[in-house]
Amino acid sequence: MKELKILAVVVFFTLLTYWGVEPYAHSVMHKHVESKNFQYDDLKPLKKKGDAKRGAETFLSAGCTGCHGVKAAGMPAPMDPVSAAASFGVNPPDLSNAGALYDEKFLAALIKNPAHATKVEHKFTDGRQHPMPNFYGVGGDMEQEVADIVAYMKSIAKNPEEITPVMAFEDACGRCHAVHYEKWTQIGEKPKFKFKKDELLFDAKVLEYQDYLTKYMGKLPPDLSMYIRSRGEHYINTFMEDPQALLPGTSMPRVGVTAESAEKIIEYLADSGDTKREERDSVGVIVMFYLFVFAFLAYLWKQSIWRELH
Amino acid sequence: MADNSRRDFMGKVFGGWAALGGLGVLYAAKKTWDPLPSVKAAGFTTVDLSAAEPNVLNIEKWRGKPIFILKKTPDMEKSDRDVIVGKDRFLVAIGLCTHLGCIPAYRPDQKDFLCACHGGMFDTSGDNIKPPPPSPLVIPPFKVEGTKLVLGEEGPEYKKMKEAGITA
Amino acid sequence: MAHFEKAGSLREWLDQRLAIETLERVLSKEYWIPKNINFLWAMGMVLAFTFGILLVSGIFLLMYYQPNVELAFDSVNYTIMREVEFGWLWRHVHAVAASVVFLIIYIHMFTGIYYGSYKKGREMIWISGMLLFVTFSAEAFSGYMLPWGQMSYWAGMVITNLFSLGSLELNGLVEWIRGDYAPGQAFLTRFFMLHVLLLPLAILALIGLHFGTLRIPHVNNQDGEEIDFEAEAAKYKAGNKKEAKVIAFNPDFLSKDMFVLSVFLIFFFYLVFWHYSFAMDPINFDPADPMKTPPHIYPEWYFLWSYEILRPFPKDPGLIAFGIAQVIFFLLPFLDRSPNVAPANRRGLFKVWFWVMIVDMIALTVMGKLPPEGIFNTIGLIATVVFFALWIALPIITKKEKAV
Repeated sequence: MKELKILAVVVFFTLLTYWGVEPYAHSVMHKHVESKNFQYDDLKPLKKKGDAKRGAETFLSAGCTGCHGVKAAGMPAPMDPVSAAASFGVNPPDLSNAGALYDEKFLAALIKNPAHATKVEHKFTDGRQHPMPNFYGVGGDMEQEVADIVAYMKSIAKNPEEITPVMAFEDACGRCHAVHYEKWTQIGEKPKFKFKKDELLFDAKVLEYQDYLTKYMGKLPPDLSMYIRSRGEHYINTFMEDPQALLPGTSMPRVGVTAESAEKIIEYLADSGDTKREERDSVGVIVMFYLFVFAFLAYLWKQSIWRELH
Repeated sequence: MADNSRRDFMGKVFGGWAALGGLGVLYAAKKTWDPLPSVKAAGFTTVDLSAAEPNVLNIEKWRGKPIFILKKTPDMEKSDRDVIVGKDRFLVAIGLCTHLGCIPAYRPDQKDFLCACHGGMFDTSGDNIKPPPPSPLVIPPFKVEGTKLVLGEEGPEYKKMKEAGITA
Repeated sequence: MAHFEKAGSLREWLDQRLAIETLERVLSKEYWIPKNINFLWAMGMVLAFTFGILLVSGIFLLMYYQPNVELAFDSVNYTIMREVEFGWLWRHVHAVAASVVFLIIYIHMFTGIYYGSYKKGREMIWISGMLLFVTFSAEAFSGYMLPWGQMSYWAGMVITNLFSLGSLELNGLVEWIRGDYAPGQAFLTRFFMLHVLLLPLAILALIGLHFGTLRIPHVNNQDGEEIDFEAEAAKYKAGNKKEAKVIAFNPDFLSKDMFVLSVFLIFFFYLVFWHYSFAMDPINFDPADPMKTPPHIYPEWYFLWSYEILRPFPKDPGLIAFGIAQVIFFLLPFLDRSPNVAPANRRGLFKVWFWVMIVDMIALTVMGKLPPEGIFNTIGLIATVVFFALWIALPIITKKEKAV
């Protein structure tokens, strides 16, 4: 009995210290932002029902392919990534899977006013223009045209279920963020090179791209290899959803991913920075089972000896 | 006395379970010593043979070892040890003398290999022709894929050579 | 040449050459411990085992860690965590054990303070134990540098800056310690040497000393009773185990130790697998960046109380207070003027002193983690003042203590 009281006192003071140093202190140091589950309440729903066939034509007349490749429709990117970065600061994304990855309200808003939809208007002041121009229509009902383009993008994209974590990450994040633990650079996965010279030429291209990107963004977007452990799932989700809520004034655009895409991006980051999480769980269960039996047997042994001593 | 045997028994059971835990730790420790995945993956090297010139020795690296690749000229003797790629015949062998492991030098004029360490010699099929090397140059696992050679993989041609006892 | 007869068994053969029978009697079967003890007496064994866990997990980490500023971070977070079989396990075990060992050290220390196990012949046990605390602290700090994350770098920067000693501005000394102007390759490699070789050797030697200082005074008991170990041992050996006031280390004390250890291991491994962020701070998963200080830097939890003492005062007084706080615990046996060896609850005002000290250390710890603003500053200042007031009061209240 007495020992249980002593144990209770020890446990109490330990938990008190733990609470103060961990949950409490961290809540004071980092403000908690609630996730809105990627609803994008600030964006208006589409006003019109889109027609994909019409959208295909509108897409072409709108001039999107001047900067964007669409592999799914057989249209390659007009420039290599490094030249594109030299012109625009960043490589414009291929639009093949945009319809599957991003929220449709976001896509519509982005087409009409990219800086507003991505919440980086504060970066484009004093005459500085966003590299992607606003869309004012191609002569007809702009809202209908936008809806049609969005419908077209959805029609050429893979099914959302077929999008893998790698695809989701590379599309939504990979043109700005490297992940060297997965051999991902902003210009693509780094291949294996036989000759040192070829490897150095590739590395030089990556650095060149990163220079243009840094000039455009103000700072080089960080390598995300260990971000799942340095920031955690909750922070990354709320950050993707609205970067300004966590880092006001940041250059990072809101990327407009759906909740499903966000889940896949988290999985990609976890594969990079917390690769052995499943093994950790399964080995943990085995070890805990072993230890409970160990404690039980230790108790029986102790009891068999102390019966004669008390 | 019954007391003693009970506590001895419990002590042994507890000790046995503890030893089991120790074995678990040793298992994990053994696995920690295993070669890393990146090391095992590097165990495969692909060589493109299309640009190879006859009687010019190419030395590739595979698992840290030098690999001799020599495209045979028509006058060089044919051998069961040859690696046949299309119409060409190649010597593909680990470039380490089977005596004590030095790298023999190829002499294109004499069309043989001379090992500087103790004077051993091999011919263009890798057979040992002058002691001290006791056996021919070892043929590494290989697979022919078109005009490419994948070192480290056991292709059908390699398996046949192995069964015939030619590889070692 | 001494006379040797043919041995009858392996045991006898070893005993003739190594005196294993004597060793077994002295260290195990007839090493007498008081019976009147509780589970807190097992903390020493828990510490020895945890130190063993740190050694073993450290050995496997050492096989793959690279003490080079370009490679260190990835050698830990890529090679060890992703590539090495069970590498993640050794790393988690090592990090959690390094943190939990201090929890057990503090419990062990305050058990000693509560029961008066630092005086009347036991001063050297206390001093050798405090030396172990200091060495373990250095070991923990040097180990924290190794992953070369943001916390590693900036903790290294801040703590080595302390050696400039405020107004003395000993910048040369700081650079000498680092081996460079700022924490870099020289800094990392020398702390690697300290962590892997020098400090572990010192710890092993101090553990030997600590065990040695325990033999003559014997282990204390819950009532601080002075036991006639010879007489009680005789009762035990005569078969009167129930009435003897002593027990044998093996198997009596050991079996209880093992049970306490087993409960500890359940708690420990639960943390290793599922609840480890307190021991592996997220900030250290950012690679070291000499051009960017993280918005929040703080030491590991076990250093927070002493870090907090540094903060309320301006530069030089702060450093002096900090310096005193590091050594004051060593002086406990000499500042306590009462001859009573008894649990604190029977020592009048010392009982109050003890519990106020516990609460104060916790307050200092929590405030040390919180940003130095507003009410946290006030509480921190009060807690620091209370800390020093307690030590000043100790000789006074213990001088007046009634004999127990």
